[in-house]
Amino acid sequence: MSEPIVTFQDVHKSFGDVKVLKGIDLEVKPAEKIAIIGPSGSGKTTIIRMLMTLEEPTAGDIIVDGNNLWKMEKNGKTVDANDKHLRAIRGDIGMVFQHFNLFPHMTILENCMTAIIHVKGENKEKAKKHSIEMLEKVGLGDKLDNYPSQLSGGQKQRVAMARALVMRPKVMLFDEVTSALDPELVGEVLEVIRGIAKDGEMAMILVTHEMDFALDVADKVLFLDEGVIAEQGSASQVIEHSKNERLQSFLKRFRS
Amino acid sequence: MITISAISEIFPVLMQGIKITVTVLLASIVCGYLFAFIAGFCRLSNNVILRKFTGLYVEVFRGTSLIVQLFWLYYALPILFGIDLGSDFWAGVLAISLNYGAYMSEIVRGSILSVSKGQTEAATALNMSSFQRMRLVIFPQAVRMMLPEFGNYLIQMLKATSLVSLIGMTDILYYGDILRSSNLSQAPTVYLLVLVFYFILALPLIFLTRKMESISKKGVASE
Repeated sequence: MSEPIVTFQDVHKSFGDVKVLKGIDLEVKPAEKIAIIGPSGSGKTTIIRMLMTLEEPTAGDIIVDGNNLWKMEKNGKTVDANDKHLRAIRGDIGMVFQHFNLFPHMTILENCMTAIIHVKGENKEKAKKHSIEMLEKVGLGDKLDNYPSQLSGGQKQRVAMARALVMRPKVMLFDEVTSALDPELVGEVLEVIRGIAKDGEMAMILVTHEMDFALDVADKVLFLDEGVIAEQGSASQVIEHSKNERLQSFLKRFRS
Repeated sequence: MITISAISEIFPVLMQGIKITVTVLLASIVCGYLFAFIAGFCRLSNNVILRKFTGLYVEVFRGTSLIVQLFWLYYALPILFGIDLGSDFWAGVLAISLNYGAYMSEIVRGSILSVSKGQTEAATALNMSSFQRMRLVIFPQAVRMMLPEFGNYLIQMLKATSLVSLIGMTDILYYGDILRSSNLSQAPTVYLLVLVFYFILALPLIFLTRKMESISKKGVASE
């Protein structure tokens, strides 16, 4: 078996007095697809936000490809990570947000190529070529010079995916990427994710409310409840055969 | 009475003041925006001392009158501290630009803060450094928000330049005052023409402000 690309070791997170996560242990192998489901407020999003360095864990370790994300060695002592340390590691991780967060002052093409030029140091020609290829892959090759405000929600989310993919992360995080979309636009976005998942190599962590989709795409499903992983296993085990009562009642609300 | 002959007599005299008014205005605009950006960024700095010090500057200059600041720079500084700004020109420009820089720094600060948090997060997710996040993502959006307000302050700065006549600078109002004191009955014509002069100078600024407003609307329509 290959080494995990991401490991959570007893990770806790509190916001003020509110304990959101109470000890998360998790291993993600390269190319593994994991879906995180659970009631809202259970801390699903917080898990992937900590991995993206958008929130700092209160306790515990997150290991990415052998490196401790939030801690580093300094003069023989272990101290909190600084920005440089985080930058060195988080290049392996990409994220797509619920509300797209496209850069409104840039065209679709610029949205995709800016980071590869400035962060990865690719030359402009190459960056442009790769970005166009990626945008064509998500079906937006004809919108290169449009601004985000001219696109539908589904199109925006596909741009956001192309923007993250073109950075070639080893782990891609999806934070309820269909929740802000009109129902008729959900399908096109899920279709793109399905395509990415089939391509293989990249590990994916999806926080989602789309149960059928999770069942279809994920190798492993985690049910998060009240800050702990209450149930985990293959998609069919968790979604179709679990005995956990809270999971059953949670699923019932989606199956009617 | 306002007569054509009076106007043709007054007009060339006031014209002599245009050069001073325009140069003071241009220098104040450049320095004012410079102070605004420096102070705006300092107030967002992580350094507490820098933040407090700039906060003090902003509150002092917003909280006291421009004309008193002008007199301080021109009359009081040389006597108290031996600091001589060298000319009435720089005293005038500094007073106006420090004063309006203080107001506009709040626009700089507010605009940067009002760019949504999701933008910073998306830039972080693309592994940009904090400097890149500011330069490529936050600042370009913030500037568009600043533009309309900046335009308003351009026009206000033009009007504020008339105060430099009080430290003996020969601007439009200075010549107007001289004409009035030599012939009081001409006062209505003189001040009418002074108003017209300022309004004509303001026209390009008003046009520029409109232009800035339309630029700021483009490309940043909310998501």
